[in-house]
Amino acid sequence: MDISFDAIPLAHYLLLSATLFVIGVMGVLMRRNAIVVFMSIEIMLNAVNISLISFDRYLNQHDGQIFSFMVMCVAAAEVSVGLAIIIALFRNKPTVNLDEFNIMKS
Amino acid sequence: MELLIFYPLAGLCVIFALGVVFNKNPIGSAMSLIAMMLGLAGIFVLQQAHFIAILQIIIYAGAIMVLFMFVIMLLNLKGDDAVWKKREKNTLLTVLTGLLIAGVLYKVLEITSAGEFDSPAHVLETFGTVREVGTILFTEFVLPFEVASILLLVAMIGAVVLAKSKVD
Repeated sequence: MDISFDAIPLAHYLLLSATLFVIGVMGVLMRRNAIVVFMSIEIMLNAVNISLISFDRYLNQHDGQIFSFMVMCVAAAEVSVGLAIIIALFRNKPTVNLDEFNIMKS
Repeated sequence: MELLIFYPLAGLCVIFALGVVFNKNPIGSAMSLIAMMLGLAGIFVLQQAHFIAILQIIIYAGAIMVLFMFVIMLLNLKGDDAVWKKREKNTLLTVLTGLLIAGVLYKVLEITSAGEFDSPAHVLETFGTVREVGTILFTEFVLPFEVASILLLVAMIGAVVLAKSKVD
């Protein structure tokens, strides 16, 4: 069975992807809470996944889905290591404000 | 028909993504992020990527967000970020990023309005099912799959080592 109800152009999905990516960038640049910055990075990774999966659907391939699977693996690894770093930093200095962490400077 | 499903889901995703950025309470941000993940899973289903949609819910909305919740509650961050403000230092950077992304977006719209991408390709009923994706994952992409397992192992060891020892 083919899916044949009137479909929408790819540009809609790409615009959604770009919007979410920009929101993620905005969060990284504006927020100073390390955990919220991490969540913004997650938003950006998800925005890229939308693009990958949309191109897959419109080109009838599966490569993009495999790639978004890999993106999820990397996101899981990144979050586990990143949150461990936040906990280690929090032990050192009881805050998660990124402006307070300049221990590498001096 | 697809539009009628797409626009509410997309609107919800954008609203909850904004909620992540503008919420003053980290717990509220995490809740918004979970809602956004669920909306995105709906969009993936709309794109016939059922396997990825399920993974999105299990891995992101399940595992990763539980980890976030654990850390937020462990650190007891309530109200820590109450007086966050826009960073004046980053204004130039923000404008440059916006211009860059607008340029990329313009180019992408130019390419995708070429006609080939007006409507989705005719796909089989099995497109995006676990069987289909799994077959490709274990034949054509078996090396990246194994490398991903090593990556997860290294991340696990790294997280244990980092969380155990003290930073001097």
